[in-house]
Amino acid sequence: MVLDVQLALKEGQIIGLYGKSGAGKTSLLRIIAGLFDPDQAKITFAQQIWEDTYRKIRLRPQERKVGLVFQDYALFPNMTVRQNLEFALQKGQDDQIVDELIELSELGQLQDQYPTTLSGGQQQRVALARSLVQRPQLLLLDEPLSAVDQEMRQKLRGHLRQLHDRFALTTILISHEQEEITQLADEVIVLEGGKVIKTGSPQEVFGERVRPLRFRAVIKGINSEANGGWVKLHTTSGKSIQVWLETNQIKNLVIGQEVWVDEKTEGWEII
Amino acid sequence: MIDWSPILLTLRLALITTALLFVVSVPLAYWLAYTRARIKPVVETLVSMPLVLPPTVLGFYLLIAFSPNNTFGQWLGEQLGLQFVFSFEGLVFASMIYSLPFMVHPIQSGLANLPSSLKEAAYILGKSRWTTLRRVLLPNIKPSLLTGIVLAFAHTIGEFGVVLMIGGNIPGLTRVASIAVYDEVESLNYAAANQYSLVLFAVTFSILLLVYLFNGGRLKRFWL
Repeated sequence: MVLDVQLALKEGQIIGLYGKSGAGKTSLLRIIAGLFDPDQAKITFAQQIWEDTYRKIRLRPQERKVGLVFQDYALFPNMTVRQNLEFALQKGQDDQIVDELIELSELGQLQDQYPTTLSGGQQQRVALARSLVQRPQLLLLDEPLSAVDQEMRQKLRGHLRQLHDRFALTTILISHEQEEITQLADEVIVLEGGKVIKTGSPQEVFGERVRPLRFRAVIKGINSEANGGWVKLHTTSGKSIQVWLETNQIKNLVIGQEVWVDEKTEGWEII
Repeated sequence: MIDWSPILLTLRLALITTALLFVVSVPLAYWLAYTRARIKPVVETLVSMPLVLPPTVLGFYLLIAFSPNNTFGQWLGEQLGLQFVFSFEGLVFASMIYSLPFMVHPIQSGLANLPSSLKEAAYILGKSRWTTLRRVLLPNIKPSLLTGIVLAFAHTIGEFGVVLMIGGNIPGLTRVASIAVYDEVESLNYAAANQYSLVLFAVTFSILLLVYLFNGGRLKRFWL
Protein backbone atom coordinates (compact mmCIF):
# COMPACT_ATOMS: atom_id res chain seq x y z
CA MET A 1 0.00 0.00 0.00
CA VAL A 2 1.19 3.51 -0.79
CA LEU A 3 0.74 6.05 1.93
CA ASP A 4 0.14 9.38 0.22
CA VAL A 5 -0.67 12.09 2.74
CA GLN A 6 -0.34 15.84 2.82
CA LEU A 7 -1.43 17.53 6.01
CA ALA A 8 -1.00 20.74 7.92
CA LEU A 9 -1.99 20.41 11.56
CA LYS A 10 -2.92 23.24 13.87
CA GLU A 11 -0.89 23.48 17.05
CA GLY A 12 -2.67 22.91 20.31
CA GLN A 13 -5.41 20.74 18.90
CA ILE A 14 -6.40 17.15 19.40
CA ILE A 15 -6.49 15.65 15.96
CA GLY A 16 -8.36 12.40 15.48
CA LEU A 17 -6.91 10.04 12.90
CA TYR A 18 -9.79 7.85 11.86
CA GLY A 19 -9.95 4.88 9.53
CA LYS A 20 -10.35 1.13 9.26
CA SER A 21 -7.49 -1.17 10.19
CA GLY A 22 -4.98 -1.25 7.35
CA ALA A 23 -5.77 2.30 6.28
CA GLY A 24 -2.25 3.42 7.19
CA LYS A 25 -2.96 5.16 10.50
CA THR A 26 -0.24 3.44 12.50
CA SER A 27 2.28 3.72 9.66
CA LEU A 28 1.67 7.45 9.48
CA LEU A 29 2.19 7.77 13.21
CA ARG A 30 5.41 5.74 13.05
CA ILE A 31 6.74 7.92 10.25
CA ILE A 32 6.03 11.05 12.27
CA ALA A 33 7.78 9.55 15.30
CA GLY A 34 10.79 8.53 13.22
CA LEU A 35 10.37 4.80 13.79
CA PHE A 36 9.73 4.00 10.16
CA ASP A 37 11.69 5.15 7.11
CA PRO A 38 9.44 6.56 4.39
CA ASP A 39 10.62 6.59 0.77
CA GLN A 40 9.75 10.24 0.37
CA ALA A 41 8.62 12.59 3.06
CA LYS A 42 8.87 16.04 4.47
CA ILE A 43 7.87 16.65 8.07
CA THR A 44 8.19 19.99 9.78
CA PHE A 45 7.18 20.64 13.36
CA ALA A 46 7.28 24.08 14.97
CA GLN A 47 9.75 25.40 12.36
CA GLN A 48 12.05 22.43 12.85
CA ILE A 49 12.59 20.02 9.97
CA TRP A 50 12.19 16.47 11.27
CA GLU A 51 12.42 14.72 7.97
CA ASP A 52 13.20 15.77 4.43
CA THR A 53 14.14 12.90 2.17
CA TYR A 54 15.01 15.27 -0.69
CA ARG A 55 17.62 17.07 1.38
CA LYS A 56 18.56 13.89 3.23
CA ILE A 57 17.59 15.31 6.59
CA ARG A 58 16.34 12.87 9.16
CA LEU A 59 16.10 13.39 12.87
CA ARG A 60 16.29 10.21 14.92
CA PRO A 61 13.30 9.41 17.16
CA GLN A 62 15.47 10.49 20.10
CA GLU A 63 15.82 13.98 18.64
CA ARG A 64 12.16 14.64 17.91
CA LYS A 65 10.16 16.32 20.63
CA VAL A 66 7.51 13.67 20.52
CA GLY A 67 5.67 11.48 22.98
CA LEU A 68 4.15 8.21 21.86
CA VAL A 69 1.74 5.92 23.63
CA PHE A 70 1.85 2.49 22.01
CA GLN A 71 -1.19 0.33 21.56
CA ASP A 72 0.37 -2.29 23.85
CA TYR A 73 1.65 0.54 26.14
CA ALA A 74 5.24 -0.80 25.97
CA LEU A 75 5.82 -0.38 29.70
CA PHE A 76 9.19 -1.75 30.79
CA PRO A 77 8.40 -4.92 32.77
CA ASN A 78 11.67 -4.70 34.73
CA MET A 79 10.83 -1.31 36.21
CA THR A 80 8.20 -0.17 38.68
CA VAL A 81 5.68 2.49 37.71
CA ARG A 82 7.89 5.20 39.19
CA GLN A 83 11.04 3.79 37.59
CA ASN A 84 9.29 3.72 34.21
CA LEU A 85 8.66 7.44 34.57
CA GLU A 86 12.13 8.17 35.93
CA PHE A 87 13.71 6.32 33.03
CA ALA A 88 12.12 8.88 30.72
CA LEU A 89 13.93 11.80 32.41
CA GLN A 90 16.48 13.50 30.20
CA LYS A 91 20.00 14.25 31.38
CA GLY A 92 19.93 17.03 33.93
CA GLN A 93 16.15 17.26 33.95
CA ASP A 94 14.46 18.14 37.22
CA ASP A 95 12.76 15.00 38.52
CA GLN A 96 9.91 17.01 40.01
CA ILE A 97 7.94 16.34 36.83
CA VAL A 98 7.76 12.67 37.81
CA ASP A 99 6.01 13.49 41.08
CA GLU A 100 3.72 15.91 39.28
CA LEU A 101 2.69 13.33 36.69
CA ILE A 102 2.25 10.60 39.28
CA GLU A 103 -0.08 12.88 41.17
CA LEU A 104 -1.99 14.07 38.10
CA SER A 105 -2.44 10.51 36.91
CA GLU A 106 -3.44 9.26 40.35
CA LEU A 107 -0.66 6.71 40.37
CA GLY A 108 0.57 7.45 43.88
CA GLN A 109 -0.59 4.16 45.36
CA LEU A 110 0.68 2.18 42.39
CA GLN A 111 4.09 3.77 41.98
CA ASP A 112 6.07 0.88 43.46
CA GLN A 113 4.21 -1.82 41.57
CA TYR A 114 5.41 -3.53 38.41
CA PRO A 115 3.40 -3.05 35.21
CA THR A 116 2.30 -6.67 34.96
CA THR A 117 0.32 -6.29 38.17
CA LEU A 118 -1.72 -3.38 36.81
CA SER A 119 -5.08 -3.36 35.03
CA GLY A 120 -5.38 -2.14 31.44
CA GLY A 121 -6.65 1.27 32.48
CA GLN A 122 -3.84 1.70 35.00
CA GLN A 123 -1.20 0.69 32.46
CA GLN A 124 -2.67 3.19 30.05
CA ARG A 125 -2.30 5.96 32.62
CA VAL A 126 1.30 4.98 33.29
CA ALA A 127 2.11 4.94 29.56
CA LEU A 128 0.53 8.34 29.08
CA ALA A 129 2.33 9.80 32.10
CA ARG A 130 5.66 8.33 30.95
CA SER A 131 5.27 9.83 27.49
CA LEU A 132 4.88 13.29 29.04
CA VAL A 133 7.95 13.22 31.32
CA GLN A 134 10.25 14.69 28.69
CA ARG A 135 7.73 17.46 27.98
CA PRO A 136 7.06 16.69 24.31
CA GLN A 137 5.21 19.21 22.18
CA LEU A 138 3.61 16.57 20.04
CA LEU A 139 1.81 13.61 21.56
CA LEU A 140 0.96 10.57 19.46
CA LEU A 141 -1.60 8.07 20.72
CA ASP A 142 -2.11 4.76 18.92
CA GLU A 143 -5.56 3.43 19.84
CA PRO A 144 -4.86 4.36 23.45
CA LEU A 145 -8.12 3.06 24.86
CA SER A 146 -8.64 -0.08 22.80
CA ALA A 147 -7.60 -2.44 25.58
CA VAL A 148 -9.72 -0.78 28.25
CA ASP A 149 -13.30 -1.56 29.17
CA GLN A 150 -16.13 0.83 28.36
CA GLU A 151 -16.50 2.30 31.84
CA MET A 152 -12.83 3.08 32.14
CA ARG A 153 -12.70 4.70 28.73
CA GLN A 154 -15.02 7.51 29.68
CA LYS A 155 -12.84 8.35 32.64
CA LEU A 156 -9.59 8.14 30.70
CA ARG A 157 -10.88 10.41 27.96
CA GLY A 158 -11.44 13.14 30.53
CA HIS A 159 -7.97 12.50 31.91
CA LEU A 160 -6.44 12.70 28.44
CA ARG A 161 -8.12 15.98 27.65
CA GLN A 162 -6.96 17.40 30.98
CA LEU A 163 -3.32 16.50 30.35
CA HIS A 164 -3.49 17.77 26.77
CA ASP A 165 -4.58 21.20 27.99
CA ARG A 166 -2.22 21.33 30.93
CA PHE A 167 0.89 20.47 28.93
CA ALA A 168 -0.14 22.61 25.92
CA LEU A 169 0.24 19.67 23.59
CA THR A 170 -0.62 19.04 20.02
CA THR A 171 -2.09 15.55 20.04
CA ILE A 172 -2.71 13.06 17.28
CA LEU A 173 -5.05 10.31 18.34
CA ILE A 174 -5.62 7.17 16.30
CA SER A 175 -9.02 5.64 16.73
CA HIS A 176 -11.46 3.56 14.78
CA GLU A 177 -14.32 4.69 17.03
CA GLN A 178 -16.37 7.68 15.96
CA GLU A 179 -17.64 8.15 19.47
CA GLU A 180 -14.15 8.51 20.86
CA ILE A 181 -13.09 11.02 18.24
CA THR A 182 -16.30 13.00 18.54
CA GLN A 183 -15.75 13.32 22.28
CA LEU A 184 -12.06 14.18 22.18
CA ALA A 185 -10.96 15.61 18.87
CA ASP A 186 -11.08 19.15 17.58
CA GLU A 187 -10.43 17.95 14.08
CA VAL A 188 -10.76 14.63 12.28
CA ILE A 189 -8.69 13.21 9.48
CA VAL A 190 -10.19 10.21 7.74
CA LEU A 191 -7.69 7.86 6.17
CA GLU A 192 -8.63 5.19 3.68
CA GLY A 193 -6.28 3.03 1.61
CA GLY A 194 -3.37 5.29 2.51
CA LYS A 195 -5.06 8.50 1.40
CA VAL A 196 -6.81 11.29 3.25
CA ILE A 197 -10.42 11.23 2.10
CA LYS A 198 -11.98 13.74 4.50
CA THR A 199 -10.97 16.35 7.05
CA GLY A 200 -12.96 18.69 9.26
CA SER A 201 -14.55 18.96 12.65
CA PRO A 202 -16.10 15.74 14.02
CA GLN A 203 -19.57 17.14 13.29
CA GLU A 204 -18.66 17.95 9.71
CA VAL A 205 -17.05 14.60 9.09
CA PHE A 206 -19.38 12.26 10.94
CA GLY A 207 -22.42 14.49 10.71
CA GLU A 208 -24.73 12.28 12.70
CA ARG A 209 -24.70 13.87 16.07
CA VAL A 210 -24.72 17.50 17.02
CA ARG A 211 -22.62 18.47 19.97
CA PRO A 212 -23.04 19.25 22.71
CA LEU A 213 -25.46 16.53 23.55
CA ARG A 214 -27.99 17.62 26.15
CA PHE A 215 -30.86 15.69 27.66
CA ARG A 216 -33.14 15.53 30.67
CA ALA A 217 -32.96 12.59 33.06
CA VAL A 218 -33.79 11.27 36.52
CA ILE A 219 -30.98 10.08 38.82
CA LYS A 220 -31.47 6.40 39.64
CA GLY A 221 -28.31 5.61 41.53
CA ILE A 222 -24.89 6.89 42.57
CA ASN A 223 -21.89 4.66 42.86
CA SER A 224 -19.07 6.62 44.52
CA GLU A 225 -15.41 5.70 44.13
CA ALA A 226 -12.20 7.30 45.32
CA ASN A 227 -12.11 10.29 42.99
CA GLY A 228 -15.52 10.31 41.40
CA GLY A 229 -18.39 8.02 40.76
CA TRP A 230 -20.81 6.47 38.32
CA VAL A 231 -24.25 8.06 38.15
CA LYS A 232 -27.10 5.94 36.79
CA LEU A 233 -29.62 7.97 34.83
CA HIS A 234 -33.01 7.30 33.34
CA THR A 235 -33.69 9.65 30.43
CA THR A 236 -37.09 11.13 29.64
CA SER A 237 -36.97 9.25 26.34
CA GLY A 238 -36.89 6.01 28.34
CA LYS A 239 -33.23 5.00 28.11
CA SER A 240 -30.90 4.05 30.96
CA ILE A 241 -27.30 5.30 30.89
CA GLN A 242 -24.37 5.66 33.25
CA VAL A 243 -22.00 8.63 33.31
CA TRP A 244 -18.74 9.19 35.16
CA LEU A 245 -18.50 12.33 37.27
CA GLU A 246 -15.84 13.90 39.44
CA THR A 247 -16.37 13.90 43.21
CA ASN A 248 -17.20 17.60 43.46
CA GLN A 249 -19.99 17.19 40.91
CA ILE A 250 -21.50 14.22 42.67
CA LYS A 251 -21.72 15.55 46.19
CA ASN A 252 -24.90 17.61 45.74
CA LEU A 253 -26.82 15.01 43.74
CA VAL A 254 -29.81 13.19 45.20
CA ILE A 255 -31.38 9.99 43.94
CA GLY A 256 -34.72 10.69 42.31
CA GLN A 257 -33.72 14.25 41.38
CA GLU A 258 -34.50 15.41 37.82
CA VAL A 259 -31.54 17.08 36.08
CA TRP A 260 -30.12 18.35 32.79
CA VAL A 261 -27.15 16.34 31.53
CA ASP A 262 -24.61 18.04 29.28
CA GLU A 263 -21.90 16.40 27.26
CA LYS A 264 -18.69 18.41 27.42
CA THR A 265 -15.37 17.71 25.82
CA GLU A 266 -13.89 16.91 29.21
CA GLY A 267 -16.73 14.61 30.22
CA TRP A 268 -20.25 14.98 31.51
CA GLU A 269 -21.83 17.74 33.49
CA ILE A 270 -25.04 17.68 35.47
CA ILE A 271 -26.99 20.86 36.06
CA MET B 1 43.37 -39.38 45.88
CA ILE B 2 43.11 -38.05 42.35
CA ASP B 3 45.07 -35.11 41.03
CA TRP B 4 42.59 -32.22 41.16
CA SER B 5 44.47 -29.97 38.77
CA PRO B 6 42.61 -31.12 35.61
CA ILE B 7 39.27 -30.38 37.31
CA LEU B 8 40.42 -26.96 38.47
CA LEU B 9 41.84 -26.23 35.04
CA THR B 10 38.54 -27.21 33.44
CA LEU B 11 36.62 -24.89 35.76
CA ARG B 12 39.05 -22.05 35.17
CA LEU B 13 38.82 -22.55 31.43
CA ALA B 14 35.01 -22.65 31.52
CA LEU B 15 34.82 -19.54 33.68
CA ILE B 16 37.15 -17.42 31.55
CA THR B 17 35.66 -18.68 28.29
CA THR B 18 32.12 -17.92 29.45
CA ALA B 19 32.98 -14.43 30.64
CA LEU B 20 34.76 -13.47 27.41
CA LEU B 21 32.12 -15.17 25.30
CA PHE B 22 29.36 -13.19 27.00
CA VAL B 23 31.08 -9.91 26.13
CA VAL B 24 31.44 -10.98 22.50
CA SER B 25 28.04 -12.63 22.13
CA VAL B 26 25.80 -9.80 23.33
CA PRO B 27 26.73 -7.44 20.47
CA LEU B 28 26.71 -10.31 17.98
CA ALA B 29 23.29 -11.55 19.11
CA TYR B 30 21.99 -7.97 19.09
CA TRP B 31 23.17 -7.52 15.53
CA LEU B 32 21.71 -10.86 14.42
CA ALA B 33 18.38 -10.16 16.13
CA TYR B 34 17.80 -6.77 14.50
CA THR B 35 19.81 -6.54 11.29
CA ARG B 36 18.28 -6.59 7.86
CA ALA B 37 21.67 -6.98 6.17
CA ARG B 38 21.90 -9.51 3.37
CA ILE B 39 24.93 -11.13 4.91
CA LYS B 40 22.93 -12.19 7.99
CA PRO B 41 22.25 -15.81 6.88
CA VAL B 42 25.96 -16.31 6.25
CA VAL B 43 26.89 -15.01 9.70
CA GLU B 44 24.15 -17.12 11.28
CA THR B 45 25.51 -20.20 9.52
CA LEU B 46 29.06 -19.49 10.66
CA VAL B 47 27.90 -19.04 14.26
CA SER B 48 26.04 -22.35 14.11
CA MET B 49 28.84 -24.33 12.47
CA PRO B 50 30.40 -25.55 15.73
CA LEU B 51 27.12 -27.36 16.43
CA VAL B 52 27.58 -29.74 13.52
CA LEU B 53 31.26 -29.65 12.66
CA PRO B 54 33.40 -32.40 14.24
CA PRO B 55 35.43 -30.68 16.97
CA THR B 56 38.56 -32.21 15.48
CA VAL B 57 38.00 -30.29 12.25
CA LEU B 58 37.70 -27.04 14.15
CA GLY B 59 40.73 -27.89 16.26
CA PHE B 60 42.73 -28.89 13.21
CA TYR B 61 42.17 -25.60 11.40
CA LEU B 62 42.86 -23.60 14.53
CA LEU B 63 46.08 -25.55 14.96
CA ILE B 64 47.08 -24.76 11.40
CA ALA B 65 46.09 -21.11 11.69
CA PHE B 66 47.97 -20.49 14.92
CA SER B 67 51.02 -22.56 14.19
CA PRO B 68 54.19 -20.47 14.63
CA ASN B 69 55.36 -21.98 11.35
CA ASN B 70 53.05 -19.84 9.24
CA THR B 71 52.61 -16.11 8.78
CA PHE B 72 49.58 -15.50 10.95
CA GLY B 73 50.90 -17.52 13.85
CA GLN B 74 54.24 -15.77 13.57
CA TRP B 75 52.63 -12.35 13.48
CA LEU B 76 50.60 -13.16 16.60
CA GLY B 77 53.70 -14.30 18.40
CA GLU B 78 55.92 -11.37 17.39
CA GLN B 79 53.45 -8.50 17.50
CA LEU B 80 51.15 -9.48 20.34
CA GLY B 81 53.27 -12.01 22.16
CA LEU B 82 50.48 -14.56 21.93
CA GLN B 83 51.17 -18.23 21.58
CA PHE B 84 47.89 -20.03 20.87
CA VAL B 85 49.16 -23.50 20.13
CA PHE B 86 49.55 -25.82 23.14
CA SER B 87 48.80 -23.01 25.58
CA PHE B 88 45.98 -22.01 27.90
CA GLU B 89 45.24 -18.88 25.82
CA GLY B 90 44.76 -21.13 22.80
CA LEU B 91 42.31 -23.29 24.77
CA VAL B 92 40.29 -20.23 25.72
CA PHE B 93 40.14 -18.98 22.16
CA ALA B 94 39.19 -22.38 20.73
CA SER B 95 36.57 -22.91 23.46
CA MET B 96 35.03 -19.55 22.68
CA ILE B 97 34.55 -20.48 19.05
CA TYR B 98 33.37 -23.96 19.95
CA SER B 99 30.72 -22.70 22.43
CA LEU B 100 29.71 -19.60 20.46
CA PRO B 101 26.30 -20.89 19.28
CA PHE B 102 25.37 -21.95 22.81
CA MET B 103 25.75 -18.37 24.02
CA VAL B 104 24.55 -16.49 20.93
CA HIS B 105 21.40 -18.45 20.11
CA PRO B 106 19.52 -18.00 23.42
CA ILE B 107 20.39 -14.29 23.60
CA GLN B 108 19.44 -13.75 19.97
CA SER B 109 16.07 -15.45 20.31
CA GLY B 110 15.44 -13.69 23.62
CA LEU B 111 15.96 -10.32 21.95
CA ALA B 112 13.95 -11.26 18.87
CA ASN B 113 11.01 -12.34 21.02
CA LEU B 114 10.79 -9.08 22.96
CA PRO B 115 8.04 -6.81 21.62
CA SER B 116 9.71 -4.26 19.34
CA SER B 117 7.68 -1.54 21.04
CA LEU B 118 9.93 -1.76 24.13
CA LYS B 119 12.98 -0.76 22.13
CA GLU B 120 11.06 1.88 20.21
CA ALA B 121 9.54 3.32 23.38
CA ALA B 122 13.02 3.79 24.82
CA TYR B 123 14.20 5.53 21.63
CA ILE B 124 11.20 7.84 21.71
CA LEU B 125 12.08 8.64 25.32
CA GLY B 126 15.41 9.90 24.01
CA LYS B 127 17.55 6.95 25.02
CA SER B 128 20.55 5.77 23.02
CA ARG B 129 20.88 2.24 21.69
CA TRP B 130 23.44 1.43 24.38
CA THR B 131 21.23 2.68 27.22
CA THR B 132 18.26 0.86 25.72
CA LEU B 133 20.21 -2.39 25.50
CA ARG B 134 21.60 -2.09 28.99
CA ARG B 135 18.54 -0.89 30.87
CA VAL B 136 15.59 -2.22 28.87
CA LEU B 137 16.48 -5.12 26.59
CA LEU B 138 18.98 -7.16 28.64
CA PRO B 139 17.09 -6.92 31.97
CA ASN B 140 14.00 -8.28 30.22
CA ILE B 141 15.70 -11.35 28.76
CA LYS B 142 17.34 -12.57 31.97
CA PRO B 143 16.20 -16.18 31.47
CA SER B 144 17.81 -16.19 28.01
CA LEU B 145 21.02 -14.69 29.39
CA LEU B 146 21.12 -17.33 32.11
CA THR B 147 20.53 -20.10 29.58
CA GLY B 148 23.30 -18.78 27.34
CA ILE B 149 25.80 -18.39 30.17
CA VAL B 150 25.12 -21.80 31.64
CA LEU B 151 25.02 -23.70 28.37
CA ALA B 152 28.30 -22.15 27.26
CA PHE B 153 29.85 -22.96 30.64
CA ALA B 154 28.62 -26.56 30.65
CA HIS B 155 29.53 -27.08 27.02
CA THR B 156 33.07 -25.86 27.65
CA ILE B 157 33.40 -28.32 30.52
CA GLY B 158 32.33 -31.08 28.17
CA GLU B 159 34.60 -30.32 25.23
CA PHE B 160 37.27 -32.78 24.23
CA GLY B 161 38.21 -32.80 20.55
CA VAL B 162 39.06 -29.15 20.10
CA VAL B 163 41.07 -29.06 23.30
CA LEU B 164 43.02 -32.14 22.39
CA MET B 165 43.86 -30.82 18.94
CA ILE B 166 45.02 -27.35 19.90
CA GLY B 167 46.05 -27.83 23.51
CA GLY B 168 47.39 -31.33 23.63
CA ASN B 169 47.75 -33.01 26.99
CA ILE B 170 50.18 -30.95 29.05
CA PRO B 171 49.58 -31.53 32.79
CA GLY B 172 48.62 -28.33 34.64
CA LEU B 173 48.54 -26.32 31.43
CA THR B 174 46.18 -27.85 28.91
CA ARG B 175 45.22 -31.15 30.46
CA VAL B 176 41.55 -30.60 31.29
CA ALA B 177 39.30 -33.11 33.02
CA SER B 178 37.81 -34.67 29.90
CA ILE B 179 41.28 -35.38 28.59
CA ALA B 180 42.40 -36.69 31.95
CA VAL B 181 39.60 -39.26 31.75
CA TYR B 182 40.79 -40.38 28.33
CA ASP B 183 44.36 -40.48 29.52
CA GLU B 184 43.59 -42.58 32.59
CA VAL B 185 41.56 -45.05 30.54
CA GLU B 186 44.41 -45.40 28.06
CA SER B 187 46.73 -46.35 30.88
CA LEU B 188 44.07 -48.76 32.21
CA ASN B 189 43.67 -46.73 35.36
CA TYR B 190 39.89 -47.10 35.55
CA ALA B 191 39.47 -45.99 39.16
CA ALA B 192 40.92 -42.54 38.47
CA ALA B 193 38.94 -42.26 35.20
CA ASN B 194 35.82 -43.05 37.17
CA GLN B 195 36.54 -40.36 39.74
CA TYR B 196 37.10 -37.66 37.11
CA SER B 197 33.98 -38.78 35.27
CA LEU B 198 31.86 -38.68 38.41
CA VAL B 199 32.98 -35.15 39.21
CA LEU B 200 32.21 -34.00 35.65
CA PHE B 201 28.82 -35.72 35.75
CA ALA B 202 27.89 -34.14 39.09
CA VAL B 203 29.04 -30.64 38.13
CA THR B 204 27.25 -30.54 34.77
CA PHE B 205 24.12 -32.12 36.20
CA SER B 206 23.89 -29.53 38.98
CA ILE B 207 24.49 -26.65 36.61
CA LEU B 208 21.80 -27.72 34.15
CA LEU B 209 19.37 -28.50 36.96
CA LEU B 210 19.81 -24.96 38.26
CA VAL B 211 18.90 -23.47 34.88
CA TYR B 212 15.77 -25.52 34.58
CA LEU B 213 14.76 -24.62 38.14
CA PHE B 214 15.30 -20.92 37.49
CA ASN B 215 13.68 -20.75 34.11
CA GLY B 216 10.86 -23.03 35.18
CA GLY B 217 9.94 -20.38 37.71
CA ARG B 218 10.68 -22.41 40.82
CA LEU B 219 13.48 -20.15 41.94
CA LYS B 220 12.26 -17.05 40.19
CA ARG B 221 12.00 -14.77 43.18
CA PHE B 222 15.77 -14.85 43.64
CA TRP B 223 16.35 -14.02 40.04
CA LEU B 224 13.74 -11.60 38.76
